[in-house]
Amino acid sequence: MKVKQISVFLENKSGRLAEVTRILGSNNINIRALSIADTTDFGILRLIVNNPDTAYTALREAGFMVSVTEVLAVEVPDTPGGLAGVMAVLGSQGINIEYLYAFVTKASADALVIFRVEECDRAIQVLQGNKINVLDEAEVYAL
Amino acid sequence: MIWDREHECMDRESLEKLQLGRLKQLVERLYQRVPHYRHALDARGILPKDIRSLEDLRRMPFTGKDDLRQNYPYGLFAVPLDEVVRLHASSGTTGKPTVVGYTWRDIGTWTELIARIVSQAGVTSADVAQVCFSYGLFTGAFGLHYGLEKVGATVVPSSAGNTDKQIMLMEDFGTTALISTPSYALYLAEAAREAGVEPRELNLKVGLFGGEPWTESMGRQIESMWGIKATDNYGLSEVIGPGVAGECLEGAGLHISEDHFLAEVIDPDTEEPLPYGEKGELVFTTLTKEAFPVLRYRTRDLAILDPEVCACGRTSVRMCKVMGRTDDMLIIRGVNVFPSQIESVLMSIRGIAPHYLLIVDTRGPLNQLEVQVEPDPTVFTGSFRDLEALEASVRRRLQSVLSISARVKLVEPKTLERTAGKSKRIQTA
Repeated sequence: MKVKQISVFLENKSGRLAEVTRILGSNNINIRALSIADTTDFGILRLIVNNPDTAYTALREAGFMVSVTEVLAVEVPDTPGGLAGVMAVLGSQGINIEYLYAFVTKASADALVIFRVEECDRAIQVLQGNKINVLDEAEVYAL
Repeated sequence: MIWDREHECMDRESLEKLQLGRLKQLVERLYQRVPHYRHALDARGILPKDIRSLEDLRRMPFTGKDDLRQNYPYGLFAVPLDEVVRLHASSGTTGKPTVVGYTWRDIGTWTELIARIVSQAGVTSADVAQVCFSYGLFTGAFGLHYGLEKVGATVVPSSAGNTDKQIMLMEDFGTTALISTPSYALYLAEAAREAGVEPRELNLKVGLFGGEPWTESMGRQIESMWGIKATDNYGLSEVIGPGVAGECLEGAGLHISEDHFLAEVIDPDTEEPLPYGEKGELVFTTLTKEAFPVLRYRTRDLAILDPEVCACGRTSVRMCKVMGRTDDMLIIRGVNVFPSQIESVLMSIRGIAPHYLLIVDTRGPLNQLEVQVEPDPTVFTGSFRDLEALEASVRRRLQSVLSISARVKLVEPKTLERTAGKSKRIQTA
């Protein structure tokens, strides 16, 4: 149920993001979702890709500081209040969300949101117990 | 005004006679009382009785920061500790500070020397003098404090920091003399303006600035912002602290109190003395100090000596403003810090790689230090919070160990230049 997310440390200087995307492209890796958080000095790029192991190795070899983090890919009804419903479920069980970002999907009735939470396993239980679909790894990489 | 006309305006012949007598006594005392100096003199085959003229000084051994470190804390003291009434310390190049001591008579000498420099800057008993140096181990505040009291000035020991309060005190107490680092004087003027106080409308008329080197143009900037006369003074704790030399109102260099300190300028590489007018490293020998005398102490400060009699009437040799350093010491907001100290702090922090770059930005009123470090890739969790915590811990350690506030910047692994030496590790913005 847990999906591997690649995190890359980027110094805020021109050309770094371009370099990451170039390396991924030349290794035949497709980006499924991404988000960047930054301060004035540095940023962290978070990626969901079709082949996280290859992406990790390729970026590391190119000298980037990379880590793999487990996150959840959650199906959220693509209607007003859809995300609010999921948040309410997690909130009611005291599960803290570190960050989240949306996933680009084609031709699906639902939206996909990536959640990074402190207690992954418990979050899965809680979500599934509330009939919220958490995608498994293979499904996400194949999207 | 000339505080001690007899000594400050002494003719050369009398001065040199006085210096020679004191030098002989100094070397005798060092030889009898301080094993380090006895060994150093023995190694050169020099006995105290061999000193017959001031020229013989050039045969004497030098003393350096390393000697102070090796004899930490009291090894170079020439009196027993019960005769020492005060200790001060400055930062050493690594870990341990440099400790210096004063007898009661040394404190009296120091007070007289400061009375000379404040008088030559025009400060009198009519002045209200605000001392914005940190009262503590550094010599700046206590040094100036007693000499200012000696001339009868009203001393406001406001210490360093707390800028808003400094401005309030200046307004309310009618401060006329500002004692600080030159960079703090600029910062204070800007802060006053931001607080709606026009510095030129305050009572201030003169500033005595020291603790860090400053340029003529910085002096003019301070003078125009405050509408004051900015004077420079020089000293270092190993010699006595502030009071070694100070500028008179002629603004033509800093008068060295030569009856207490023998000044030389040497070529830092060959260690040969250089003639007047040539730029080199300042070397001082203390002629009268009891607790912590030094023989040919290498300051690492670069300057030029000028023996011409000054228009003010003082006959002492003048040194120009310090023109630089022979080592890599940095001065960040008046705090001396060596890259080696920063390095040892960085090495003690888990989670960063052993490579760094120091960037000193001298563009603003206060020198800014930026420390660039690479996070250790093996501890990268991908969490923003962890990186911010790492940044904060580096900043805190630099603050608590070295008393410097630095901006810490995390950079990508393996992007900082790898060099064996540290010369490439400092940049100036």
